[in-house]
Amino acid sequence: MSGRADFFDEMHGSGGSVRPAYADYCKWFDDQKDEVLSRKHAEAETNFRKTGITFNVYGEDEAEERLIPFDMVPRIITAGEWRRLTRGIEQRVSALNAFMHDLYHRQEIVRAGRLPERLLRDNDAWLANMVGFTPPGGVYTHIVGIDLVRTGPDDFYVLEDNARTPSGVSYMLENRESMMAMFPELFMRVPVESVSDYPRRLAASLAACAPNCAEGRPRVAVLTPGIYNSAYFEHAFLADQMGAELVEGSDLRVVDGRVAMRTTRGYEPVDVIYRRVDDEFLDPLTFNPDSVLGVPGIMDVYRAGGITIANAPGTGVCDDKAIYSFMPEIVEFYTGEKPLLPNVETWRCADDDSRKYVLDNLEELVVKEVHGSGGYGMLVGPASTKAKIEEFRTKIKERPENYIAQPTLSLSTCPIFTDSGLAPRHVDLRPFVLVSPEKIDITPGGLTRVALEEGSLVVNSSQGGGTKDTWVLKD
Amino acid sequence: MLGRTANGLFWMFRYLERAENFARLLDAGLRLALTRDLTTAEEEWRSVIETAGQRQSYEAKHATYTGMQVWNFMLRDKENPSSILFMFGQVRQNARLARNAISSELWEAINTNWLEIDEQLKEPVAENRVLETVATIRRAGTLAHGAMAGSMIREEPYHFGRCGTFIERADSIARILDMKYYLLLPSLSYVGSSLDTGQWDQVLRSVSGDRAYRWINAARIDARRICEFLILDDRFPRSLAYCYTLLRENLAALAQLHGAEGESNALMRSADQRLADLTIDDIFDQGLHEFLIEFTGKNAAIASAISDDYRFLA
Repeated sequence: MSGRADFFDEMHGSGGSVRPAYADYCKWFDDQKDEVLSRKHAEAETNFRKTGITFNVYGEDEAEERLIPFDMVPRIITAGEWRRLTRGIEQRVSALNAFMHDLYHRQEIVRAGRLPERLLRDNDAWLANMVGFTPPGGVYTHIVGIDLVRTGPDDFYVLEDNARTPSGVSYMLENRESMMAMFPELFMRVPVESVSDYPRRLAASLAACAPNCAEGRPRVAVLTPGIYNSAYFEHAFLADQMGAELVEGSDLRVVDGRVAMRTTRGYEPVDVIYRRVDDEFLDPLTFNPDSVLGVPGIMDVYRAGGITIANAPGTGVCDDKAIYSFMPEIVEFYTGEKPLLPNVETWRCADDDSRKYVLDNLEELVVKEVHGSGGYGMLVGPASTKAKIEEFRTKIKERPENYIAQPTLSLSTCPIFTDSGLAPRHVDLRPFVLVSPEKIDITPGGLTRVALEEGSLVVNSSQGGGTKDTWVLKD
Repeated sequence: MLGRTANGLFWMFRYLERAENFARLLDAGLRLALTRDLTTAEEEWRSVIETAGQRQSYEAKHATYTGMQVWNFMLRDKENPSSILFMFGQVRQNARLARNAISSELWEAINTNWLEIDEQLKEPVAENRVLETVATIRRAGTLAHGAMAGSMIREEPYHFGRCGTFIERADSIARILDMKYYLLLPSLSYVGSSLDTGQWDQVLRSVSGDRAYRWINAARIDARRICEFLILDDRFPRSLAYCYTLLRENLAALAQLHGAEGESNALMRSADQRLADLTIDDIFDQGLHEFLIEFTGKNAAIASAISDDYRFLA
């Protein structure tokens, strides 16, 4: 039941004894009968099916609803560790928001020579329509997911910033619900911070970003591409939990300078749109003219201050991995402080020296496309084949600016439950951060993604990863 | 609430009702077929398909009527646009669409039953499983209505769902009666003393009314009484009169929530009034078929007025 010596195991450290964060849990675990745990393990899946927590996958013939595998061993973080992470995340998110404002205004960071102008020019997510415009409350990144990895007791790194439309928060909430339903006694023994008020916090944070023209209690709507979208469950879930409307583009139109939704009483204005539709599809008049998912004219209303769009169009710039490589500079430029949470060391293949190093060490490195996401278009050198490595060598030489490389991290492990007992698997962590003019609000917990295959470092659900409940312990 | 969501709820309950009614029809057919010799059984199955209004699509595929073919066609055939599997899929689809307007209990009742029905209908249904499958579908309706009654606030979503239920139920009762009207016509029934009581039984069973009818009429099978029972007896939850009492109540509640009456309330009032003034003799004098045609037409007009009044569509 111990982790491999070359990886830091969050339950057992590098040795064999249980780390303090897991002490209460392990004491409980040792008292459990194997067959009871096995039964609970099987029941968990049935419960997820019943509740309908699925994502849609479209094959050649039929749509299929899949479950993201859930592992019932929690991932546990101490109060002290969480405080440290919180400070680092707050600093980083506030820098990201300031960075967005600067990018669409004076671009001081470029003028100061701290960020090459080319990174903006080459960035598909950068929107000319946003130039000179400040969204209501000055908030660009209303909801951010910061992907963290750990390599040792005190070593946390930011692996990715997700400022476009971070997903997965419904799993944070439903995983906790499932755990409480399966093991109520555990929550009586171990003091765990609650995550269940995330929807209330989200509703409050979005309402605090409402435009000035909002009258009375701001009306919030979740904009979904529709029932066939892979994350539709999450859109419906969040709308339901927030008491907000769940709208599609066809429910909305511009009426008297406001974006309005077709209710049973007629068209009524919406103040804040939490959109789960990509920038490109938001407004057929401004972006993709073929889009039926958006609202014709919404960008004009937006620029006139008639609606809040969360997240603001154009925030996808932050998700770019070339921008990521500049995050230490960005944090320092806007906060005047050294970053509290380090980046993973990153080589930009566009730089000659770095490219030479990357090409010489491909077998050891992880190579990523700068615009890629979801674990696609990625090379994990040590786990790859000669042919794949050569393929990437060619690609990097052809379009160096399209790639970055990172060392293959010794990601921490956390045990999962298997038929033959506990077994260590690599994990990452995505806390969810809410930004309003009033505050940066981080729910204590997040989504722990876990690579279910032994030795695998890829945790993305699209690549067969699973999830765990994430516990932040109370002091 | 959104007009589109209201539409979703309305249709979710229409499809649920339709799936449940077809299941009742199948159930009645099965019971009848079990008591018949093979030749008559074929006639019974033909009448089940006909009553369900699926003759055309069935005969496009099958030349003969056997139980196994009929129930598999009605339950799960991909070429049948009104199969119970398809309709229950629509129930669940609409429930997902209106997910933030229904209670978790209702959603879970629908979703859990969908998973079970989907599983049971993956393979063709054999003789020894068909009753169980039909029972599952009927139970699905019962659970959904129970979850709705016990967990949903009496606000717009609730009332739109209830309107869907009673519009569909009234339509279905009227159609079943109309399909059987040649049997129910008194002139024929008086002449034919050897009238097939099994067919009567099927009519009553297909609206789960056999027991209630016997309770009231001490088992006297009589065309006029059956029609009176299914059209005018507002104590029986599957009579036209009962459906309209409930439909009127739910439409009145919607008008109150909106602070204004619409076209649907006006149509409802006149339809309701007409039903209240009628006796079974009036209906038979007018002609049962003519009465039912007029009824289904007006019922459809109410449904479309609800859709317009509450902006179901853009």
